[in-house]
Amino acid sequence: MTIVFTLNDREVTWEIEPTETLLQALRRNGLVGAKEGCDTASCGVCTVLLDNKPVPSCAVPAARVDGHTVTTVEGVQDQARRIGEAMAAEGADQCGYCTPGLVMSLVAMEKELDQPDDEQIRSYLAGNMCRCSGYTSQMRAVRKYLGGGR
Amino acid sequence: MKVVGKPLPRRDAWDKVTGRTRFIADIPRPGAWFGGAVRSPVARGRLRGLVRDGGFDWSQVVVITAGDLSGPNTVAMIREDLPLLPVDEVAFVGQAVALVAAPDPATLAGALAALRPDIEELPAVLSIEHALRGDRVIWGEDNLIADYTIAPDDMDAFTAAMARGRIIEGVYHTGYQEHIYLEPQGVTATPRPDGGVEILGSLQCPFYVLNALTRALGLERDRLVVRQAPTGGAFGGKEDYPSVIALQAAVLAMASGREVAMIYGRHEDIIASTKRHPSRTIQRTAVAPGGRLLAADIDVVLDAGAFTTLSPVVLSRAILHAAGSYDIPLVRIRGRAVATNTPPNGAFRGFGVPQSIFAAERHMDRIARELGEDPLALRRRSILKPGDALPHGQVLPEGGTAASLVLERAIELSGYENRREEIAAANASATGPERRGIGVSLVHHGAGFTGDGEDKIDAVVHVRGEADGTATVLCSCVEMGQGAETVLPAIAAEALGLPLEAVHYHQPDTGAVPDSGPTVASRTTMVVGKVLVQACGDLAEQALTHGTDAHGTDARAAWSARAAAGEPLVGEGRYEPDSSIRWDQQHHHGDAYQGYAWMATVVETAVDTDTWEIRPERVTVVAEIGKAINPVLCVGQIEGGMLQSLAWAYLEEVRLDGGRYLNDRLATYIIPTCLDAPAYTVKLAEEPSPRGAYGSKGLGELPMNGGAPALAAAVEHALGTAPDFIPMTPDRLLAHLQELQP
Repeated sequence: MTIVFTLNDREVTWEIEPTETLLQALRRNGLVGAKEGCDTASCGVCTVLLDNKPVPSCAVPAARVDGHTVTTVEGVQDQARRIGEAMAAEGADQCGYCTPGLVMSLVAMEKELDQPDDEQIRSYLAGNMCRCSGYTSQMRAVRKYLGGGR
Repeated sequence: MKVVGKPLPRRDAWDKVTGRTRFIADIPRPGAWFGGAVRSPVARGRLRGLVRDGGFDWSQVVVITAGDLSGPNTVAMIREDLPLLPVDEVAFVGQAVALVAAPDPATLAGALAALRPDIEELPAVLSIEHALRGDRVIWGEDNLIADYTIAPDDMDAFTAAMARGRIIEGVYHTGYQEHIYLEPQGVTATPRPDGGVEILGSLQCPFYVLNALTRALGLERDRLVVRQAPTGGAFGGKEDYPSVIALQAAVLAMASGREVAMIYGRHEDIIASTKRHPSRTIQRTAVAPGGRLLAADIDVVLDAGAFTTLSPVVLSRAILHAAGSYDIPLVRIRGRAVATNTPPNGAFRGFGVPQSIFAAERHMDRIARELGEDPLALRRRSILKPGDALPHGQVLPEGGTAASLVLERAIELSGYENRREEIAAANASATGPERRGIGVSLVHHGAGFTGDGEDKIDAVVHVRGEADGTATVLCSCVEMGQGAETVLPAIAAEALGLPLEAVHYHQPDTGAVPDSGPTVASRTTMVVGKVLVQACGDLAEQALTHGTDAHGTDARAAWSARAAAGEPLVGEGRYEPDSSIRWDQQHHHGDAYQGYAWMATVVETAVDTDTWEIRPERVTVVAEIGKAINPVLCVGQIEGGMLQSLAWAYLEEVRLDGGRYLNDRLATYIIPTCLDAPAYTVKLAEEPSPRGAYGSKGLGELPMNGGAPALAAAVEHALGTAPDFIPMTPDRLLAHLQELQP
């Protein structure tokens, strides 16, 4: 089937399988920044934005994005670099498998929440698992990124 | 020092955070086939054959069973008991009994569904206790995959002390743990025109995979190449298991003549890959009337699963740390790894030590309780001091005051003593369901291979001078998140007097880098880093002696000129055995490790006495690690390892039924999210080690040892009791409390 949607600010027309997930369709089309980590919408490494909201793309049927807007890490490279600076400085990035997904949640959080406190940040990022960092350095990095070491 | 000791950002961060890093599943592989396995549904049985559904078109796929293998049917590790494919008996649920390659995932799924192993089920052995009973033998003559004893020099004195003292006994159990590296296992195998095969994969030990391929395929090494793909976490889980899937993929690639990808989803990864060994430890300590610890008799048993894999060396390390960080004059330790009809267990950060040291630390708490003494006071008066000997005869060097140092600093930083009283008072007057507790643990970890293991590995590292004046580190230690790609170049930059940007790291590739040993055992920075320093010295020396006359005093200019002329200089470092090290492998006696890192952990936790949920809230860690080559990365290792250790103790539970994992998805095997992370205070202490690069000691595994016992101690402080087992999930904690009811 054919879907037409906005992908990273550009309208695209894709042929997809009706049973395909958004993650599968993205990766089949060479956008591999979103990773596969669990297949049960548990880990968040496949996070992308659907109409500016973070979603696990492994749990979204590709057919559902017809007419909608999808943003992947490939579409937010400048922001990703700035987040990366904070993460590298705080040692928050280790194996790197979860970071593109985390970046997408952060991009969405920044749009959605104004000056979030720690509690709000944690709630927002709870769907993005990391097995390396223990999360504390991520929190330091997020605070650094959002407002210079609050 | 200009580079070492600086908190420099890791070099792979930009590509990772922007999603540009190509992990194995991200690399385009047009035309590649997909590999899969038919797995045993039973824990033990006689394999009578493989039934093929006549309705499936078998011409479109390749199917391999044991009878199709041309080389030795084995995945070579410590022993060769693990067959690549079983011939007539299956020994665990999930064991691959046949391999299939197909041109696309749908056809592969169809073929796997159309194959049914014909198995006559046999009675299985599913627990440590059953394996030890020996009434059903499933491995060797007695189910003992390994059986080691560390004996005191004076057995008569030991026996007398055990008879004289008051015996305090405890039995401690620890559970499985699944690694959940976020990138599942994955390799691709590509046939080579010369009849060999090339592997690309998410690995810790490219040369282990090469060895397994060499043995099972019967090919010379020059026709086999193993290359490292960027690796999304490992924690030990990619030490031994990649040899299994790399071999499976290689066999399929050679049979089909196609590149074959075996890239697991999470479900298959959890079913098929190794876990942390469950354990049972019995601690019996003889205590003198005044409370002095006279002797200890310790019995550690690990559940190895159905085959040897790495269990004997996991067991060695477990027993060599089983007495903890305390001076007990006479200690006997027996360790056994027993076979059960469960998937083979393997390496996991800590490698047996988290299990045995959990028992040691909890036993100290039990002794304190029985003696009516404060657990901290008991630790303070029993702590190892410089010149004391560990049970295996290794004497702590003079000046080695790290055990006391980390303990005292953690106590002070956390305000442990005040908090313990405040919390006790608050608990006594609490009206709501929440209780709090604070506990402490003191742990150590020996870095590098056990005993003469590093001599046997004989690590080699190369450093190549490049035409642009930069240098490239060539070694087989991989980047898997721990920071090798940043730390090894930092060591080389320091040694060569270059800025960090002027040193490159060559992605490990058995065809291009020397064998520096596996990326395990907290050895990369300390041991391989030291060899790397030598290699840098060799490069500089060669440059000055063999360089062009024009640049006789400038090594960098000299190696540039040589490289520009097409004859690059390559400095070589080789591990130098220390002749003062004494080691008796048979008796596990002598200098087991070249350096011990030390860590004290204070955990403050909440416990909800309605739901029995445990919530660790504050963690203070002081770790003595010789020298922090990169402090930011060191703290990252500690924070991440600590959460794995805590979660193993209260959150992560692998449940089995009939030898089958019940929670074999990430939706049901629960790991911490950021909501579960406590607040950390982490401090590093440095007592440089002469055996490590720039004084460093191994750090990667240390944090895994300390969290679980400190959390259990905190739960005990909160509730007045804590179970002698982990994980302390709510239902298991409640069951423990109900058992205490009269």
